[in-house]
Amino acid sequence: MTITLPFWQPWLIPILPLIGALLNGLFGRKLPQKLVSGIALFFTGASFVVALAHAWVLVSSPYAMLETKYGTWITAGNFHADFALLVDHLSLIMMLVVTGVGFLIHVYATAYMEHEGGYYRFFTYLNLFMFFMLVLVLANNYLLMFVGWEGVGLASYLLIGFYFRKDSAANAGKKAFITNRVGDFGFLIALFLLIQHFGTVRYTQVNDILTHFGTEPNAGFLTAIGLLMLVGACGKSAQIPLFVWLPDAMEGPTPVSALIHAATMVTAGVYMVARSNAIFTRAPLALLAVAIIGTLTSFFAATIGITQTDIKRVLAYSTVSQLGYMFMAAGVAAYSASVFHLMTHAFFKALLFLGAGSVIHGIAGEQDMRKMGGLRKYMPWTFGVMLIATLAIAGIPPLAGFWSKDEILWQAYSSPFGSKIFWAVGAITAFMTSFYMFRLLFMTFFGEYRGGNDNAHNTHHADAHGHHGTPHESPWMMLSPLVLLAVLSIVGGFVGIGNRFEHFMDPVIQKVEEPHTSNLESALAIAAADSKSEEHAENKGLETALMGVSVAIAFAGLALAWFLYIARPELPAKIAASLNGLYELVLHKYWIDELYSTVLIAPLLWFSRVVLWQTVDQKGIDGMVNESAVAARDVSAVVRQQQSGLVRSYAGWIAAGAAVVVAYMVWMGTR
Amino acid sequence: MIPISWYLLLSAFLFACGVIGFLTKRNIITLFMSIELMLNGVNLSFIAFATRLQTLDGHIFVFFVMVVAAAEAAVGLAIIISVYRTRETLNVDRVNLLKL
Repeated sequence: MTITLPFWQPWLIPILPLIGALLNGLFGRKLPQKLVSGIALFFTGASFVVALAHAWVLVSSPYAMLETKYGTWITAGNFHADFALLVDHLSLIMMLVVTGVGFLIHVYATAYMEHEGGYYRFFTYLNLFMFFMLVLVLANNYLLMFVGWEGVGLASYLLIGFYFRKDSAANAGKKAFITNRVGDFGFLIALFLLIQHFGTVRYTQVNDILTHFGTEPNAGFLTAIGLLMLVGACGKSAQIPLFVWLPDAMEGPTPVSALIHAATMVTAGVYMVARSNAIFTRAPLALLAVAIIGTLTSFFAATIGITQTDIKRVLAYSTVSQLGYMFMAAGVAAYSASVFHLMTHAFFKALLFLGAGSVIHGIAGEQDMRKMGGLRKYMPWTFGVMLIATLAIAGIPPLAGFWSKDEILWQAYSSPFGSKIFWAVGAITAFMTSFYMFRLLFMTFFGEYRGGNDNAHNTHHADAHGHHGTPHESPWMMLSPLVLLAVLSIVGGFVGIGNRFEHFMDPVIQKVEEPHTSNLESALAIAAADSKSEEHAENKGLETALMGVSVAIAFAGLALAWFLYIARPELPAKIAASLNGLYELVLHKYWIDELYSTVLIAPLLWFSRVVLWQTVDQKGIDGMVNESAVAARDVSAVVRQQQSGLVRSYAGWIAAGAAVVVAYMVWMGTR
Repeated sequence: MIPISWYLLLSAFLFACGVIGFLTKRNIITLFMSIELMLNGVNLSFIAFATRLQTLDGHIFVFFVMVVAAAEAAVGLAIIISVYRTRETLNVDRVNLLKL
């Protein structure tokens, strides 16, 4: 402990964006646009530089993690929560992704939002989001994480509803916020259980205590904590059944979709599961729930993604689907694979969203892919980076998405908690992912331009970019972040070669000693471990074979998309017609929104309006207040008769009172 | 020596005169004079007891009452003048704006 670090001020990382948010929020209205964007860029960029410096210091130091305490927050009996930051390999990756991708998106947004009202407001919210997200990933305890967790929810709400004059945007913001409340409820109860059972919310202490626990044979309190955390993660990371808010969140400006609803905030749930790996690994039932939810979500979101025509909505469902992948990986205890995919996904999905924004920017705010096409000629740079991102997400080697997705599929197949079913569904999803992504690419950039000048920008657009005329390439301020992200999407996966990423994450992932043999999963685990050591060579072959399968799947999706949207463009409509019922079902997102609104929201609204509002509030609470006011009025109506305004009557009462007192005293004296 | 009860009776009589005047008259100045009468009735009993008990407490009380009465007269008369200027009446029954 005598080693002195050259530079260790992690508090700077979240505080810098906060300063930016405060400056812009308090004075931005009066500042020129250049200065506003300058402030926002400087503070996020500085935060990124500081984060890089800390990453370098930590990796070159002998420590696996460093905890820095800045003050006591709550002390109640034996319970303590501090303002303290923890930098380890997990939060290091998260903070680099958040500040790095966040900075690039800030650069992009300065050009993208140039013609929008509320410029300073936008950057205030964006910087505020960065602050809360960094608190979330750098906190050293669950309670401080919860602060960041709620804060990013707030920033997300503000930014989805950025065009607050539009009803749909305001409603989408509300939907996101309220859906997240359901998840936060689970997270909070998980927190309470943690405090009750461990007496602390500090990660390191919880993990230390957990080393004394074996795997839970049945559903115990660790399973309960895991499941409740999963509820919270489902809300934040848009998993079944709480995923409905994310597609609607595309009402926000495109840079917001890229930063918050694709690259960073929605991965908070994955981060939480990875951070709580010591709990989840000991609760196989909770882990199984994570895997099942992740697998289902990735599958269903991918099917919906195939039918959507709004370019941002396709990407939104793709995000939900990819988050499902991460949950599947976490659910088979492959936390490092999950975080690896989180990182590569942040690169290529941010790139896809920003590219989509560039397309929308170039063709007068149009978002419907049926009105695009042939844009390759008009915006070659955007096409180039979108192609790279699509190849990356489809899992074509050697781009980033291939390495992480292949790792997830392999883990789903081979992990002691995995199963062939997860692998099979994941592989089908990979095929669909490749298909709908190339469908997007072909519909947008190939063929003939179907937009024209027919008041397209009046019909349907979230980002009011009122340029007229032919499609045009975006300015360099927007393209340069795209190019950088494209480079990251290409090389980002190389860190995973030879399990380097997995080894990097080793200090964060706690191994469970003495697994409980009475448990089915653990028995499987031992069996798998045994077979692993024996058939290592065979496994190597299997891994390569599965890798070949996933590459083949990716190309199959590409080929099908090419066949349907380039070679035979009349076919998709025919197929849709022949599968009428199924197509309608998927196009309308399995009627999930309608189902929720009839089964949950309508009764809830009725209960709130009729019972809570009109009965309890109006009759009960208001009644009590009103009745007491009426009673006071009635009593005073009698008493106020005394206040006649006649001075002499007052004097008379005083005299009479004095006389009574004197009479009483005299009477007392004579007794 | 005159028994103390005589003083007290005279004091009570003065006080009663004041009360009756206060309750029956309508003119503010008359009411004012009635108040002075009541104060002096009280002063008389203070002095009577002070003399009887051979202490100074009663005297001090009386001085205080007289000082307060003098101040009250100054303020009160000023109020009466301004009431008369604004309302052109000294009838207390008509000075009742504060009534509900």
